[in-house]
Amino acid sequence: MGKKTLIPIGPYHPLQEEPELFKLFCDGEIVKDIKWETGYNHRSIEKLSESKTYDQVFFLVERICGICSTSHPFAFANAVEEIAGVEITDRAKYIRSFIGELERIHSHLLWVGLAGHFLGYNTVFMWAWKYREPVLDLFEMITGNRNSYAMFRVGGVRRDIENNKIPVIRKILADVKKKTDLLTGAVMDDPVIHARTKGVGILTKQDVIDYAAVGPTARASGVAIDIRKDDPYAAYPLVNWKVITAEEGDVFAKAQVRLLEMYESISIIEQCLSGLEKTKEGDINVVVKEIPEGSGAGRAEAPRGEVFHYVVSDGSNSPARHKIRAPSYVNIATFKKSCIGQTIADATISLAAVDPCYCCTERLAVAYDQKSGRKIWNAKDLIDLSTGKTSELKKNLIQLK
Amino acid sequence: MGFKNFCFKKSLWVFHFGGASCNNCDIEILDCLTPKHDLERFGILLVGSIRHADVLLVNGSINMKDKNRLLEIYNQAPRPILVVAIGACGCTGGLFADSITFAGPVDKIIPVDAYIPGCPPKPEAIIGGIVKLVNKK
Amino acid sequence: MNTDLAIEKLKENFGSDIISTEKKSEKRAIITINPDAILKVAEYLYKTAGFRFIIASALHTKKGFEIHYHFSLDAIGLVLNIHVILDKENPEIESLSNMFNASNWIEREMHELFGINFLNHPNQEKLISDGNWAEGVYPYRKEFK
Repeated sequence: MGKKTLIPIGPYHPLQEEPELFKLFCDGEIVKDIKWETGYNHRSIEKLSESKTYDQVFFLVERICGICSTSHPFAFANAVEEIAGVEITDRAKYIRSFIGELERIHSHLLWVGLAGHFLGYNTVFMWAWKYREPVLDLFEMITGNRNSYAMFRVGGVRRDIENNKIPVIRKILADVKKKTDLLTGAVMDDPVIHARTKGVGILTKQDVIDYAAVGPTARASGVAIDIRKDDPYAAYPLVNWKVITAEEGDVFAKAQVRLLEMYESISIIEQCLSGLEKTKEGDINVVVKEIPEGSGAGRAEAPRGEVFHYVVSDGSNSPARHKIRAPSYVNIATFKKSCIGQTIADATISLAAVDPCYCCTERLAVAYDQKSGRKIWNAKDLIDLSTGKTSELKKNLIQLK
Repeated sequence: MGFKNFCFKKSLWVFHFGGASCNNCDIEILDCLTPKHDLERFGILLVGSIRHADVLLVNGSINMKDKNRLLEIYNQAPRPILVVAIGACGCTGGLFADSITFAGPVDKIIPVDAYIPGCPPKPEAIIGGIVKLVNKK
Repeated sequence: MNTDLAIEKLKENFGSDIISTEKKSEKRAIITINPDAILKVAEYLYKTAGFRFIIASALHTKKGFEIHYHFSLDAIGLVLNIHVILDKENPEIESLSNMFNASNWIEREMHELFGINFLNHPNQEKLISDGNWAEGVYPYRKEFK
């Protein structure tokens, strides 16, 4: 075994229980092994949840992750409603799905931007984040906040979407769709992005099954798991849409799945709006008096995959046990398969491909030679390395022409 | 004009430390730098190392494991340095103040120059906070 | 495959190890099994019946330590809970991580939070507790009067 260099990526990485420090062990430029260290972000949410009432837990689970701040309440509501045996009104279902899909659009746009940033393609980053703004404005208009919407409660939603707002929402949505077209065209046809992402960080179907990966990570490897189809909840059985899959399992396939999913989301939102027009305004809540003893499992499809909440109730007004599994918990473990054998420059985008959470972006720390303790790489060097590869590819492409 | 004010007169470079946060504040900080708000117009740049920074942005509740890291980063920072606690968790611990791993809000660990509350604070609020900080004499 | 058939097949294969079965709805079923049989049952679910491992939740109750393994059959949207009840004093159970990697992290986590020992785990080192709380402290354990 030759000399191995340790390159840490992390540690601050904010998702529920999985902020972690990745240690890439490299021989020359090739990543030979990867190890992770977590605990930087442990807030013992599951324990806190046991001391809060069911209504308060919604605000807590919303703050597990800011990007999927609807998915966790969604899954929790599904779990508690299963215990209580409540069927929510159609209007509440449409509002829930509306918020869920809008969140998916903003999350996928965010990811596309960050993927661009990792590739040294800051134009994509700036574009995607610019086009994300109207979505956030829409959120602010409907819920009063750009993130953490506080829309869910047991038995329905907290706020109604007034029907007179629907034309404005449609207009903004049409604009978002136009911008998405532009972005999708730019990303999918770009030869440099093709060269940097095709065949990189491949995850085979067997790996996905072994690690039980979920969401776009699984769907890009040809495993069509989508909780919205498999275990339908809220308004998803009431609208028409299809599950997007790809076969290749590389970073490009994951980008493709996410970009195409945005169109599905826009279409679902439009159908939800028509649904809202058909239902009565204000009919958004079912009164739930008490939560009986029992257990309930709730699932929701977050932008990153399946969110799973398991609630055990002892008949009191707070959960006796609340187990949460965020999608990245299983997806991040697949790095062991997707990164080994890659070059360091490709490892960053492979890590980003499962959309772990953006904070890693600025967190490529300083790398030290294990023996001498001499500084070898820092964040800038690593990004330069990646940027350099892109610009070299660009140059080569021009020469070919 | 004192030396400290002189140092912070022009382009502020910021380093962002995300503790045990939920990511919302982190996104909003990054949002400040993207085209809609575009703080880079004023020379505010996010840097990858604390050794290059004038301002340390801290968000999220700080847990036991983060605490030493935060202290280490603060000690590595060039002086003078401004510390800004962002979000409810950074200012007080917020929702996570009762957590078993909570090590205290940011100002219990390092001195803080400005607080920007909110969950998450809007980009406008973050910009407003930075402006107030710079104008503080 | 439907929920009834899935439960029926499990009963057929592991009749003596199954303590109780409960079908809550078409989408949820709970099966309590003997802890010694967990490897056999999980192997059957994962390799033969095509279930996906979602996660496992540990609980500390008056009965002792419980682990609820959650498996999902995506084709019919079924969440199958496999419950095992472990000893109060010395909770330990076979690890599933040698069969599929998906359970690697959660077993390490349960070890730290509840002090449940997983036999033959490939790498039962610290996952989240390092620096956060001391070894031998299990914060999610409860005290019963």
